[in-house]
Amino acid sequence: MRRIASILFLVGLGVLIAAIYQQMNLTSEPLVGRAINAAAAKQVGAANFVTAVVLGYRGADTLLELTILFTAATAGGLVLGRPRSGAARDPDAGPILLAGADLFFPLFLVVGLYIILHGHLTPGGGFQGGVILAAAFFVPVLARPGTSLDQPLVSAIEGLAGAAFIGIGLLAMLEGKPFLTPLLDRGDLGTLTSAGSLPLLYVAVGLKVGAELAGLLAQLAATEASD
Amino acid sequence: MDILVLITVIVMLASAAGVLLLKEFLSALAALSVVSLGLSVLFVILRAPDVAMTEAAIGAGLGSLLFALALRRLGLWHINSKN
Repeated sequence: MRRIASILFLVGLGVLIAAIYQQMNLTSEPLVGRAINAAAAKQVGAANFVTAVVLGYRGADTLLELTILFTAATAGGLVLGRPRSGAARDPDAGPILLAGADLFFPLFLVVGLYIILHGHLTPGGGFQGGVILAAAFFVPVLARPGTSLDQPLVSAIEGLAGAAFIGIGLLAMLEGKPFLTPLLDRGDLGTLTSAGSLPLLYVAVGLKVGAELAGLLAQLAATEASD
Repeated sequence: MDILVLITVIVMLASAAGVLLLKEFLSALAALSVVSLGLSVLFVILRAPDVAMTEAAIGAGLGSLLFALALRRLGLWHINSKN
């Protein structure tokens, strides 16, 4: 019965999306995309103009986004609590996950850092790379439930990264510009050191998101084993 | 391009039906991440690579990890060999 209900829901959702698709006018000119794309390279210096919007034009929104993530992670951590010290832990995972966790850890690390550092040049950035970093540190915990992350260190990284983001924003105010105005030299478009302070902001975002999610997932994994 | 969209959508719909119909929780979880991966391919075709990366990293990666963790917490983290 429940299965039929879920399939009915799926069909209904499909009809709804089809109706919306009928109404959509996909061939019309984008409203603001072209204008921002034309202005962003000169004003902000980021080759990836999504980054120019996320950190340059709408940096305060990103700060709020980080705040929402922080609040959600804190609330999750409060609900989860800590396991008793003598509580039983789950046994290690099978050989495939164990070998996979060891093999993929450096790969995840490199890919995550690459995506964070090239956020102003290629698609991706702090949020996506941070999630990959979190996965890199969490998969070994999933494979070996006996081990756990260094929670104080994770919290310290998270706090420092968040403070760095706000600090860079406040530096702009010291120079008499609005909060989170991109600082430093814009450099050559398309090089790693271009776009002023945007790569620094994305490094802070990436570290914060990565530490936050890794800490939350590890805390979720460290609750007591089921009987 | 259209044929690629068609294939992706069919794969996504088939895996979404699989999530509902599969009896094994781990298989349903794998099917769920295939839906997310298909969606990220669609985002790339729609020229939104940033959104595609977010979808792949959060939808297919972190979401699946979270579900895997929940399955283990509920004691369903095993392949039932009987059926």
